[in-house]
Amino acid sequence: MSATSPFRRAGLVGPALLVVLVLIGVPLGIMAWVSLLGRGATIGVDWTSAPSFANYTKLVWEEDFDGTLLFNPTYLSILWRSVWQAAATTAICVGLGLPVALWMSSLSRGARDMAVLLITIPFWTNLLVRNYAWLIILREDGLVSQTANAIWPFGPVQLLYNDAAILIGLVYSFLPFMILPIYAGFEKFDWRLLEAAYDLGANRRRALTRVIVPLAMPGIIAGSMLVFIPSLGSFVTAAILGGGKSMMMGNLIQLQFGQSRNWPFGAAISVVLLALMMLVLMGIALWKTRQEAKR
Amino acid sequence: MNLRRLPLTREISLAVLVYLYVPVVVLIVYSFNANRTATVWSETSLDWYRKILVNPSIRDATWNSLVLATAAGIGATLLALAAALGMKSGFRGKGAVEAVLNAPLILPEVVVAVATLMLFVAIGIDMGLAAMIPAHIAFCIPFAYLPIKARLQGMNPSLEEAAQDLYANRFVTFRRVTLPLLWPGIMAGFTLAFVTSLDDFLTSFFLSGPGSTTLPVYIFSAIRAGITPEINAISTIMLIVSVALVVTSFLLGKMRR
Repeated sequence: MSATSPFRRAGLVGPALLVVLVLIGVPLGIMAWVSLLGRGATIGVDWTSAPSFANYTKLVWEEDFDGTLLFNPTYLSILWRSVWQAAATTAICVGLGLPVALWMSSLSRGARDMAVLLITIPFWTNLLVRNYAWLIILREDGLVSQTANAIWPFGPVQLLYNDAAILIGLVYSFLPFMILPIYAGFEKFDWRLLEAAYDLGANRRRALTRVIVPLAMPGIIAGSMLVFIPSLGSFVTAAILGGGKSMMMGNLIQLQFGQSRNWPFGAAISVVLLALMMLVLMGIALWKTRQEAKR
Repeated sequence: MNLRRLPLTREISLAVLVYLYVPVVVLIVYSFNANRTATVWSETSLDWYRKILVNPSIRDATWNSLVLATAAGIGATLLALAAALGMKSGFRGKGAVEAVLNAPLILPEVVVAVATLMLFVAIGIDMGLAAMIPAHIAFCIPFAYLPIKARLQGMNPSLEEAAQDLYANRFVTFRRVTLPLLWPGIMAGFTLAFVTSLDDFLTSFFLSGPGSTTLPVYIFSAIRAGITPEINAISTIMLIVSVALVVTSFLLGKMRR
């Protein structure tokens, strides 16, 4: 077929591009603007207020009656929890994903496809449903709690509504995103190179650190991005398994648009979340260019 | 000895599979529990399935979810199909356009949802299906786009050239050659977009108005109110529907090229 003319191309690509720009790009722009405004009396934002960075300083300092700024760790602790929960989720996913991907690649052709399907099926069930399932398992009068309480001699064990419960839910939500990219890297690999490493006298530990981990690295990086970013911005897991006590940034944002009716503050937290995400993406891009340069 | 089997990989993998499937099994098993509290097992029953079938709020929510997913699926697939055809050959700025189209995949949904809420409030659109459909179309575009693009890349361009050599005009070539060849990719893309919209909670949560509650939004408020086998029964049905649709999409994508 003849090459597509610029006009035809614009006509074909334009509508989709316009929809994404108008319904996602423009709202993000509005959000950045709102984050500088004051809260309104009726709808959550006062469009006419003078722009300032008050919503951002509110994340760190609280204004006292006489106008002095006091350090307020409430919001920073939520930001911090989001970051370390996302980091811990990513680390656990690497720890579990690497052996699983390795095991998958050692299976026969048909068994591998089956394994990929087995890993992906739970992931395609609704996120709410997946977290709700853990609510049933971890609840106070559930089997796991009862067993834990029977074994554990020092007072009642609380499995739900804490950071550990959120961590279990986050790993459960995003684990396939780590397994599949690592597995994709292994699948293309010529495993005779590993044999060669053994023939040349490498022991298992050296084979792991010198062959398998470097081979898995691009997959681990891609997987980390796919796990870290949605974990950082997650809402559902902490809403269901954190029970309002253990909040993450997503929950804090929702709160500002719900009960608190403080849209500008919610917008400011959203901007911070996006900025954190960009930092991670830039870090990964930097790592990639460095790797390219090494070759 | 299989050289790739380092110690424990097998054991860890089996443990991970157990971790992935135990919650699903527990969820399904408890949906057949007769006891209201969902904590004590009394006897097997289909009561909860009967109850959700006659519950009018669940029926309305299901209907809203289906209307929304169908509209979003069709809208996103049409836009994605046109975009994929337009992106076939290289041009300046192709990478940037692709990044914009795929942006919904990485942006945190809670942020996009509240931002869209602010846009609609600013321009005076009432919350409800009229607000939810365009928002769903926007974030479903990449899900429809990726399978269509993959199919297009795997297509042999000489087939289209042959059609034109045989005096088919552009429209006939598209209708008789390109479209039939792309069809499995289009269906796979539609299915993924449909499932993504059907499963969406956050965007609908912020943009739904009175009377436009979707099933995930209903489930969320039900979970907040307490654990009941009723939620397990709805969840089980949703699980079966999603898995069936995704397996279909997977098979369509694998259809011989």
